[in-house]
Amino acid sequence: MKRAFPILGVLTAILLSYALYLALIGAPTEKTMGDVQRIFYYHVPSAWTAFILFFVNFGASVFYLIKRRSAADIVALVSAEVGVVFCTVVLITGPIWARPVWGIWWTWDMRLTSTLVLWLIYVSYLFLRRFSSSGETPLLAAALAVLGAVCVPFVYFSIWFFRTQHPQPVMGGGGSIDPRMLHVLLINWLAFSCFAFLVCWSRYRLERLQRDVDQAHAMESLLDPRGSLR
Amino acid sequence: MSRNGYLFAAYAATWIIHIAYLGTIVRRYSRLQREIEDLKKPGVRS
Repeated sequence: MKRAFPILGVLTAILLSYALYLALIGAPTEKTMGDVQRIFYYHVPSAWTAFILFFVNFGASVFYLIKRRSAADIVALVSAEVGVVFCTVVLITGPIWARPVWGIWWTWDMRLTSTLVLWLIYVSYLFLRRFSSSGETPLLAAALAVLGAVCVPFVYFSIWFFRTQHPQPVMGGGGSIDPRMLHVLLINWLAFSCFAFLVCWSRYRLERLQRDVDQAHAMESLLDPRGSLR
Repeated sequence: MSRNGYLFAAYAATWIIHIAYLGTIVRRYSRLQREIEDLKKPGVRS
C-alpha cells in the first residue's frame, strides 16, 4: 500500500497534465463564448466530484449511525472536507465564467443559491466537527450529513424544477454536446476524481494518525503521576 | 479583463484552492510528526 500511493500520485499528475492540455488546446473552441467556455472543463468536473464526495459522506454517515465504526466516521469527515474544497472551486469558477458570458458575477437563481446553501451546510458540518468537543459530535455530524445529502439531488435537478439563468445539466439535461467536448470533459472528470481519491487517502491516514496520537496523549495523562486524574 | 484573462483566472483559482488545501494537510502532518517525536522521548513519560 505504501508503494501504491506514489505510483498513483505520478499517474494522477500525468493524467491531470494531459487533461489540462486537452482542456486548453485539444478541445474545440465553442462558437459563441470562445475560449472562455474552456472554464467548463474545470467547473463541471469539480461539481460532479463534489457531489460524489457528498454522497460518500452520506453513505459513511449512515453506516456510522448503524454500526458506530470509527473508520466510517473518518471517511465521512474526509469526504466532506475534500467535497467542500471542490464545491469552493465550483463557487469560484462559476462567477468567473458568468461575468464575461452573462455580464454579471452572480444572480440569486435556484441553481446558484442552492449550491451556495449546500456549501454552507457542509462548511457548518466541518465547523461542528472542528469545534465541538462533545462525545456525541460524530453522531450529530452524521445526522447533519444526512440532511446535507438530501440537498445534493435538489441542487442537480433544480434546473428542471425552476427557471434559472444556469444552463441545463450535461448529463440527463436533454441538451446536446459535441462528442470531442464530452471526451475532454470526461477525461478531466477522471483526472479530478483520481486527484480527489488521493487527497482523501492522505487525509484519511492523517486523521487516523491524529486519533492515535490523541489516544496516546490520553494514555500518557492517565499514567503520569502528576496528571490531574491521579 | 480580456476573455482569456477570465479563463486564466478560473484555472489559477482552481489550483490555488487545491494547493492551499494540500498545504494545510502537509502542515498538519508535520505538526503531528513533531508530536509523535515528543511522545517517543523517554523522559517525557516518566
